[in-house]
Amino acid sequence: MGNAGIRAFTTLVYLFMFAPIAVVVLLSFNSAQFGSFPIEGFSLKWFEELFNNAAIVRAFQTSLWLAIVTAIVSTTFGILASIALVRYDFPGKSWINTLLVAPVLIPETVLGVGLLLFMLWLSQPRSLPVLMLGHILISLPYVVLVVQARLVGIRRVYEEAALSLGANRIQTFFAITFPLLMPAIFAGLLFAFTISFDNITATIFWRPPGTETVPTQIYGMLRNSISPEINALGTVMIVITVGIPLLAGALARYFARAKP
Amino acid sequence: MAGPAGAVELRRISKSFGSVQAVKSVDLTLDAGSFTTLLGPSGCGKTTILRMVAGLETPSDGEILVNGNRINEVPIHKRNIGLVFQNYALFPHKSVFDNVAFGLKYRDVPKEESRRRVAQALELVRLPGMESRLPSQLSGGQQQRIALARAVVIQPDVLLLDEPLSALDANLREEMRVELKKIQRELNITTLFVTHDQEEALAMSDTVVVMSEGESEQQGPPEEVYNRPASAFVADFLGYSNLLEARVLASNGATTALELTDGVNVNADSANGHFGHAQVKLVIRAEKIGIASEWDGSNGDSILDGTVADVDYLGVTARYFVKVGDLRLQVIGTIDEHPFREGEAVKLRIRPRDCVVLGSA
Ligand SMILES: Nc1ncnc2c1ncn2[C@@H]1O[C@H](COP(=O)(O)OP(=O)(O)O)[C@@H](O)[C@H]1O
Ligand SMILES: [Mg+2]
Repeated sequence: MGNAGIRAFTTLVYLFMFAPIAVVVLLSFNSAQFGSFPIEGFSLKWFEELFNNAAIVRAFQTSLWLAIVTAIVSTTFGILASIALVRYDFPGKSWINTLLVAPVLIPETVLGVGLLLFMLWLSQPRSLPVLMLGHILISLPYVVLVVQARLVGIRRVYEEAALSLGANRIQTFFAITFPLLMPAIFAGLLFAFTISFDNITATIFWRPPGTETVPTQIYGMLRNSISPEINALGTVMIVITVGIPLLAGALARYFARAKP
Repeated sequence: MAGPAGAVELRRISKSFGSVQAVKSVDLTLDAGSFTTLLGPSGCGKTTILRMVAGLETPSDGEILVNGNRINEVPIHKRNIGLVFQNYALFPHKSVFDNVAFGLKYRDVPKEESRRRVAQALELVRLPGMESRLPSQLSGGQQQRIALARAVVIQPDVLLLDEPLSALDANLREEMRVELKKIQRELNITTLFVTHDQEEALAMSDTVVVMSEGESEQQGPPEEVYNRPASAFVADFLGYSNLLEARVLASNGATTALELTDGVNVNADSANGHFGHAQVKLVIRAEKIGIASEWDGSNGDSILDGTVADVDYLGVTARYFVKVGDLRLQVIGTIDEHPFREGEAVKLRIRPRDCVVLGSA
């Protein structure tokens, strides 16, 4: 295959991957009731409908809450775990490291069933806390990986210098380690947020009856009918899960440049 | 028992990492205000000793005393030490001012005094007015000066420096060497300096501690360590020297006659060690041996006939390997016009006072 062939092939692959997404976004601005091309007219009415649909608003609130708490909890634990794993030696260290990162490698269905069985064994019903625990479980490995990578890059002498100058371990952490870790912490928060926000497979297993997140809500709506509202909701999801990391990246670059 | 301010004593200090014995029962005393250097090849345990004094490693055995008080159990942040690393270790996210003032913050120094002391410290390292810069905006040499300012501004009991000059290029290194020594004198601060560079050690120290494989081989003033090596290792590690087996032929009070090999005899000062044995190990520094085509009128000096076997031309000097009988002697000679050539016949002059018996420091 020549260079041109490869280029054409690559273009096709990308087209195949992104065309459906583009169609969803385009159709969400379509004024017609039934999604079809060519688009009849530009309209925001499907987005309006979203706000008037109580079920969707509730699902949105649930997702947002879930994602925010997941981000904060898994980032906090991720930082602590990374420090223990990178800066200290203790028996069973490599086992714990493997266990923490394992959820990345296990299919979500397996993870979903696994946690349910575990809860069954504990005689716990499905509940919001269980769902939250599950999301933390899924996003923690990403935080640990990102923070660990950064922590390895922060030379230990900075901390040793701070200690020698009279700061105790905790003061050293907040004066030196934490600020130097900031980019990784930021990235970890975003990772955890988006992973929780757009998770569907495991969420279907874990959510208590009657609770919907945005992805499960879309899934539920799709089973009944294909309404243009779904396109609008899909567009909102795309904007949030793609837009937030992009915005954060831009902000990070801006602040990095603004420094003296 | 309170000793003089800033005096440090290591008593039979040892450190093992698993099966590796990094430091083996080292005794060392740093007088208050003195400059002591740990010198030795890479991996001989210098950094480990320094880190134990700092409190970054715990000794496996032995005691560390500062001002007569045992500090083994004192955590690093309560030890009041100044630490300077090879790679500067300035906090990259803090300005020069915040770096230097860092230690003062944890000593509850008022803002005004803090500002004044930082300015003084920057003055001392000849970088006044640099307060608002970030470390990334400084050259390597400047960063190391700021690191020094940060370490001394807290008025530590001991200043610990781990190869602080080895990341700098050669010219800057020599300049910093002089300056560092000057600052140390000015502040009169007890200093422990670690290096693998013998020039640095000899140029800066009051006391040089030569280390090998975790052990202290010899401790003493630079001239003594250089001229009177206590072991083959020290003789070999410092400069170029000839390590020779010698047989004692005869001795009167002043000089001792020695046979190096069949028919090659030299006279040594009897004061240069203990000649009581029939067999001794002799050290003669390469630059102490004279090399010329002819020597006139010796007064007790030994003149040996030799042939140049190898020449290492160094510009101002040359290092020769000269065959004398079945001996091969290293000789460093200044060059007049051109160096001696391979195969040329030369005469070597060895003065009695330069023949030192090993182990008689
Ligand atoms: N944290 C450590 N863990 C294991 N071995 C170490 C550690 N630190 C130093 N060592 C070993 O101890 C010996 C001395 O090291 P070091 O004090 O750094 O030597 P130097 O500073 O003279 O080059 C070396 O063999 C080194 O590998
Ligand atoms: Mg070292």
